[in-house]
Amino acid sequence: MQDAKSFKEYKGQVREALGDEFLRTAMDNFAIAYRTSRANAFKDIDDKALIKDIADAKACSTANMDELYAQFKEEAEKNGAVVHLAADAQEANEIIARIAKDENCTKIVKSKSMTAEETLLNHHLEAENLEVVETDLGEWIIQLRDEGPSHMVMPAIHLSRHQVSDTFTDATGKKQDADIQKLVKVARRELRQKFTEADMGVSGCNFAIAETGTIGIVTNEGNARLVTTLPRVHVALMGLDKLTPKLHDALRVLRALPRNATGQAITSYVTWITGTNECAVAEGDKKKVHFVFLDNGRRALAKDPMFSQVLQCVRCGACANVCPVYRMVGGHKMGHIYIGAIGLILTYFFHGTDKAKNLVQNCINCGACKEICAGGIDLPGLIKEIHARIQDEEGHPLSSALLGKMMKNRKLFHKFLRIAKYAQKPVAGNDGFLRHLPMIFAPDHDFRSLPVVAEVPFRDMWPKVKPVKIADPKYKVAIFSGCVQDFVYPEQSVATVESMRGKGVELEYPMDQSCCGLPLQMMGEKVAGRDVAIQNMEAFEKSDCEYILTMCASCASHLKHNYPKMLGHDPKYAIRVQEFADKVIDYSSFMNDVVGIDEDDFRQTKGEKVTYHAPCHLCRGLDVKAAPRELMVKAGLEYVECAEEEVCCGFGGTYSVKFPKISEQLLSKKMDNVEATRADVLLTDCPGCVMQLRGGANKNGLDLEVKHVAELIAERRK
Amino acid sequence: MTVKSENVKLFTEKAELVSAVVSEVSSLAEAYQYTIDLCGKKEACKLLVSGCEEGLSDKADALCETKIGKTIAAPSLNKKQFSALEKQCVDNGFQLLKDGLRKHLGGIDIGFTFADHGIAETGTIVLNSRSEELRIATMISEVHVAVLPKSKIVADSYALESYMEECMRKADYTAFITGPSRTADIERVLAIGVHGPLELHILLLEDK
Repeated sequence: MQDAKSFKEYKGQVREALGDEFLRTAMDNFAIAYRTSRANAFKDIDDKALIKDIADAKACSTANMDELYAQFKEEAEKNGAVVHLAADAQEANEIIARIAKDENCTKIVKSKSMTAEETLLNHHLEAENLEVVETDLGEWIIQLRDEGPSHMVMPAIHLSRHQVSDTFTDATGKKQDADIQKLVKVARRELRQKFTEADMGVSGCNFAIAETGTIGIVTNEGNARLVTTLPRVHVALMGLDKLTPKLHDALRVLRALPRNATGQAITSYVTWITGTNECAVAEGDKKKVHFVFLDNGRRALAKDPMFSQVLQCVRCGACANVCPVYRMVGGHKMGHIYIGAIGLILTYFFHGTDKAKNLVQNCINCGACKEICAGGIDLPGLIKEIHARIQDEEGHPLSSALLGKMMKNRKLFHKFLRIAKYAQKPVAGNDGFLRHLPMIFAPDHDFRSLPVVAEVPFRDMWPKVKPVKIADPKYKVAIFSGCVQDFVYPEQSVATVESMRGKGVELEYPMDQSCCGLPLQMMGEKVAGRDVAIQNMEAFEKSDCEYILTMCASCASHLKHNYPKMLGHDPKYAIRVQEFADKVIDYSSFMNDVVGIDEDDFRQTKGEKVTYHAPCHLCRGLDVKAAPRELMVKAGLEYVECAEEEVCCGFGGTYSVKFPKISEQLLSKKMDNVEATRADVLLTDCPGCVMQLRGGANKNGLDLEVKHVAELIAERRK
Repeated sequence: MTVKSENVKLFTEKAELVSAVVSEVSSLAEAYQYTIDLCGKKEACKLLVSGCEEGLSDKADALCETKIGKTIAAPSLNKKQFSALEKQCVDNGFQLLKDGLRKHLGGIDIGFTFADHGIAETGTIVLNSRSEELRIATMISEVHVAVLPKSKIVADSYALESYMEECMRKADYTAFITGPSRTADIERVLAIGVHGPLELHILLLEDK
């Protein structure tokens, strides 16, 4: 449970988590195993299409939440259940405590419910002198330890068998071995005894089917079956977002939920309960059943045009499973009660700005969660949006506001970059790296070497490197260089120009282009980000190009996807921004798919042994996977695949400035994987990644060149 | 209903993937014999239920003491079927229960049931458990033996929609069961039988 008071305290906690060896190993093993098991589970299923269907259906349920609730209540009550609606967490807890009192219950067994975690139900019930025992193994362990969950599906993933064994020794009064199979059996017996004496069962719920007033519960252990069967009273607590019109909707989610959560085709048990069933120990042999729905902001959220999609979450936890930051720091530092990317968002809505303000800054924007989200939620986009909202509520930090002000004015920004060339003189080395960092960065930032600003920016070189105008061009292209390839690595832009020599490409470079604005979005400076977007769009509208080529994956995905999101709802810009976005293309796709460069265009000598780093914003942001790999092979390079090739390098633009320690760990993992390939050159499609990777290679003394794909393509051209 | 052999094949493959034991039987008599043999073999030297050999709190330990002798529960058998199985149980010294399972929450050896449907895509059995005795039998048994007629196996869960919606018109408790009870909550190591059965045996019955 993350509850740091200040950003500084939060960073301190993050640093501490990074030092937890057990956690790090457990998380690494999990992240790697998960990827394979998920892929296997979806082998025969079109996951993208399934996710789209789920997202559409959930969006429809969200829009009809009130009607679905009314229908569910009517149907469930026909079959004897009692249905309640709680406005907030406190009311839900009070309703459940009151049911216990009215029914003379004192001993409660509980199966897993994230909603009950959300309302802190156990604390409330215990304060009312009710005994509450969690019966999901992981939940029981953390309950005994008085901790919160560190994963939505595997709440005790942060603990070792030794810690569990100690906890069980205390709980049973008998010395326990650190043998997992034995510990599980101990839990079986201890909890079975709790089941025999419980008079009330509290469960969660995965689906609330309005048509029949039925709930569906998805579990592996089978404890939810005992919870809903043995005690004479059953209370199910669920968010209004669990409502769904028909059984079919639930079965559809069920195809994705276990596959995404744990790589299982289905969980061991799925339980469908309608109305009041037989119960020998209840009055009249009929169980007392109460369904408690929780609003807690959900009805308002459902009406929010941007954030209503949050309610499409099916609580699979996959956004944590693939998050490189979660993998480094674990769930207690990556959520308050809800964990992972969705946790950062839900914390803001359910637990408030104070709990969320530090957390929402800890997203590296790699898009791994968005790619696999079973509810089709734009998680990183919403996290950035919340960050911006919080800054608007609480005031913008000086650094971020200044950045916004400066970048809105292209001339001022570029002047600053030109001055930087002189300002860095005292610390600039001859090898293209800063010899040491200016004091504001040190010492946390010393894990990678940072480059010096180039002597001459690409925009000043343009008149010289600009290709001669051709009579009948096949492709009319305008280059969007991005700041890094303009001011730090202009040679990558020059290589781009060189690499398409003789292929009928007419190139131009609109001088009014500025930073793409992604750093502003990362910093929560929405207004400045929008201004910059308009400037860039207008700069390119003056050209009659068919393609806007950018060699920076982050710029490309920002221009292509975020510009229409920022400007598309404004009738003044809607059509123009879409036309702009449609033209945007990345380097590898342009060369491989549009120009169709092939083996004959390259020298026939044997090329270097290379490996590849897939930039987040290329492989996920633009869904470009094959083009760069095909290009490398066509160019005669000996391409060796790198382990975890599509995992973030830790750059994340301004993220690495905010969380240098996490960035460092991601980079170090990346470097280990690259080193294992024994490649001579590491190629990638993004100057930001080049900056990070080259800095890491230099700092670690690796005999490895790091280049943009365009550079080697230019070298290998005939 | 007709048997679709591709469904039977896929069902078997998927159920075995999640550690269910799938066998074929040609008659109910054969299914009884299978169950009796299984009960006989089950931890032949001890009558304990799993976990009772570990260091437990006094209360949990006391619950272990409630189990005496080998026990099979078969709440959904009709009278004739019940007497047939009961005779074999008596011959082997096992107790056969039809009801009153709440008196046996400490654990029983085998729960014997008839599955209503099978889902090939996931190797799942579908068990309408409106009867509380049936429900409890599938939860507290160490081993669950389910007889599934081959003709009842459908391709995927969508094919059961109208059947299930019919069930859900009134008070109902329907279970999808796929393999034995499992957890990976400690260090993500798979452990079988945390709350429910440690083994699931599915007997595919040849339709006559």
